[in-house]
Order: sequence, then C-alpha cells, then structure tokens
Amino acid sequence: MAALRAAWLVTQKDLRVELRSRELVYTTLFFAVACVLVFAFAFGSPEEDTAAGVLWVAVMFSGTVALGRTFERERQGETLRALLLSPVERGAVYLGKLLALVALMSGVQLVLVPVVALLFHAPLGRAPALLAALLVAGTLGFAAVGTLFSAMLSRARSRDILLPMLLYPMTVPVVIAGVEGTVALFAREPNLAMAETWLAMLVFFDAVFLTLALWTFGAVMEE
Amino acid sequence: MQRVVVPALLVVAAVMFMWAPYRIDAAPYESTMGLVQKIFYFHVPSAMTAMLSAFVCGFASVFYLWRRNPKADHVALAAAELVVVFGLIVLVTGPLWARKAWGVWWQWEARLTITLVMWMIFVAYLLLRRFGGPGSEVMAAAVGIFGMALVPFVYWSVNVWRTLHPTTDVARTLPPEMAGPFWWSVFAFLVFYAGLLLVRVRLERARAALDDAYVLLEE
Amino acid sequence: MSGWIRRAGSALVAAAMIGLPIVLSAQQPQSEFVPADTLPQEVLPATPLVFAAYAFVWLALVVYVFALWRRLGRVERELADVRAKLGPARS
Repeated sequence: MAALRAAWLVTQKDLRVELRSRELVYTTLFFAVACVLVFAFAFGSPEEDTAAGVLWVAVMFSGTVALGRTFERERQGETLRALLLSPVERGAVYLGKLLALVALMSGVQLVLVPVVALLFHAPLGRAPALLAALLVAGTLGFAAVGTLFSAMLSRARSRDILLPMLLYPMTVPVVIAGVEGTVALFAREPNLAMAETWLAMLVFFDAVFLTLALWTFGAVMEE
Repeated sequence: MQRVVVPALLVVAAVMFMWAPYRIDAAPYESTMGLVQKIFYFHVPSAMTAMLSAFVCGFASVFYLWRRNPKADHVALAAAELVVVFGLIVLVTGPLWARKAWGVWWQWEARLTITLVMWMIFVAYLLLRRFGGPGSEVMAAAVGIFGMALVPFVYWSVNVWRTLHPTTDVARTLPPEMAGPFWWSVFAFLVFYAGLLLVRVRLERARAALDDAYVLLEE
Repeated sequence: MSGWIRRAGSALVAAAMIGLPIVLSAQQPQSEFVPADTLPQEVLPATPLVFAAYAFVWLALVVYVFALWRRLGRVERELADVRAKLGPARS
C-alpha cells in the first residue's frame, strides 16, 4: 500500500511540474499534429484504414518524444538518482513515472483523435467507449515498455537513438493490436466484436509487459 | 573438456549436414507444394534453433540481471548473436518457399510479422551492446528478457489466428518418410547450435580476459 | 514523384484491406503434409528457389563459423601476447 501511495506521489510530482510549464503537453501535441500533417500529404486520398494507422503512428512517435523529454528533465535535475535513493520500492518509482506518462499521452490524444478523425473522415461517434479503451490499453502497453527503457537508457551514450531502436520492435504487438482494433471500429461495416477481441489482446500484452517491467526495473536501475 | 566437446559437436553436426541432402532427396514430394516444400527441412529447424536461442538468451539475461555473473552475460550475448544468424536463415528461406507456395515473397500475417519483429529485437540487442557504452550489459539483459517473452507469441500466434502459414501441427503429423529427414535435420541443427554456442561463449570469455589483462597491464 | 508515392501508399492499404479477407477465406492453413509420388505440372520453376534456399543456409553457416574462428584466433593471440608481457612483470 505504501508503495502505491509513493507511486501516486511520484505521479503527482510529475503532473504538477508539467502543469506549471505545460512544455511537454504543447510540444508533444504539436509534434503529433505535425506527424498527422505529414501523413495527410503522404496519403493524398485517404483510404478507409488510413485514419487508424495515422492515429497510432502519431501516438507512438509523439510518445517517444515525450518519453525522451521526461527523462531528460530528470537527468538534468539529477532527480532520478534522488528518487531511486529514496526509501521507496523501485517499482513505485516506475509506476509513478508510468502513470504520469499515460496521463500526458492521454491528454494529447484528447486533441489528437478529433484532429485525425476530422482530416481522415473517421466515424468518432460510433463506439467512443471502445475507441477510448483501445487507446488507453495501447498507451499503457507502449508506456510500460517505454518507461523502463527510457529510465535505463538515461545514463547511456547515444540514448536518443537507442530508445526508438529498442522501443519500436518491442511495441509492435501493441501497434498491431491497436491499429487492427481501430480499423475494425472505423470500417464501413464495423466489426465491434473483432475490435473487442483486439482489445482483449492489448490487455493481455499490457499485463505481460507491465509485470515484466515492474519485475526488472529495480535490477536494471541498480548501479 | 572443451577441447573435446566442441570439436566433437561440430564434427557430428558437419557429418549430419553432409548426409542430410541425401535423406531430404529421398523424401517424397508434398502433394500440393511439390519440390519447393523441401525447403521445409532446413527452414523449420532453423526457426526452432532461433527460438531456442532466444530462450537461452532470455534465461541467461535473467541470471545476469539478478546475479551479475559475467559468465551469464557471455552466454546471453552469444545466444543473441545466434538468434540473429539462425533467424536470418529463417527469414531468407521462408520467402523463397513462399514465392512458390503462396505466390508472394512476403505476407504481413501473424507468424511472419512476429518472427521478423523478434529478429529485429535481437539485432537491437547486439546494437545496444555495441553502441550503448558502459553499463550496456545490464540494459541488454532487460532487452533479452523482453525478447524471450515474445517467443511464445511467435509460436502461439499461428494457431490462434487463421493464417496462410502451415500450422504447428504439421511437424507432429508428418508421415514417416518425411519425418525421418526432418528430425534428422532438427538434430543436426541443434548439435551444430550447441557447438557454435560454446565456441561463441569461449570467444566472449577470451575477450573479457583480454580486457582484464589490459587493465592489469596499465597498472 | 509524389503521385507515385500516393498511389503506392493507397495501393498498399487497399491491398491489405482487400487482400487479407480474400486470402483468409480462400485458403485454409495446412495441418498435415501429404506425400505424393509424382510432381504436378509446374508454372513457376521451383528448383532455383530450393537451390537458393539451401545455398544460403550453407553459405550463412560457413561464413559465420569462419568469422568466429578468425575472431577467436585473433583474440586468443592477443591475450597470449598481453599475458606474456605481464608474465615477467608479475611478482
């Protein structure tokens, strides 16, 4: 229980820092929309599947940027070491950072999803709860792996290229499930049962990756 | 002990490999796929070896992450390199087979995709070891563990999702004329893998000893 | 140039969308290999593909073993050199 409280404190700390400057929210959101713009030009006449693909790619790319910036901030203030030295379970630190990142990415998605829907004619209103569930589950899976890797790379050389290099192959299952689920949802003849199946898969991935990450975080961050 | 075991393994494997083409040639053709199905006799054992190596890397990584035993790290690195080698064989022989059997070189379906992804993860492992700087053994261990966790998905994906790729039941239900050469090849690959792993671990151990010797030299 | 890319991208997405259900419904995955005595008529010659596959396997393994052997020789030689330098100096 103390660990969960500690995690919540870490999350609050991150969110509070973020709310004061709003640097990450603005820059990540802008970056995501810029990605979408690039895709809008790349796929001049959007097909039915384009919206889903563009959305998830934008989520992944902007998520990577946000991850890099979050841990860069920690590195500059040397606060990560301070956090790890504090008398809380390592896992709590991980969980706190994870939840803060998920909150940040979800905030960005609140604007990003309508923008994508607008530009690529996606039926947002069809099953908003299911879409939200897919996005949350996908974001959680991505962030679970990302937080671990970003934290461990914060002391490494060439960390800004190593993070995407490690993160993208590892989170491909999340992207596949997320996109396939969203496609099933947005399709002209929507297959909500299929979307739900993919959601179940996402939840399963999340459970596996989250457990693995919690398990290895302490050992990996040991100096 | 190593002086005998490694050459023995490699010699046995070499002999088996040299005999394999005769056995494969003697096996009957498959009724729907014909000659091209014969790629199966090296394609599947390579895949099995690659997956085995991924598990070896994963377990060695777990051991290294918690015990920080350098020997475990050597095994993890050696196994990761072998995943890349045998995985490359799978990813090249597969499309050559697919071109004839399915009409396309590649399909973005479950098993092919996840095999490619798994291969890339272990390539990333090697790149991390090479360019990650100090402390990269520990980080790579985390990558190795995650990579191992993805292997069951490789195996299970083809059975869960309807795909073009032959199901994993094929190996179990082979008729005897095909089973013989197949399991012969599997055994040959596994023996060869064991020999290669030992040699590669020895290389890594020698490298570590060299680094230590240089450090002593400085003093 | 950009028209080419647009068309390629659209084709890819369309193919995935159209092709996958067709492919899935048209072919059942095999669960058993059935032996046969004679080869049916070939349209695309299989022999070069089979040959290329096996040649690649042999080549890859031989190249790897060779590279490994060379690396090992080099490191062990260097190790012997450094150890020799240390030998007389070690007390």
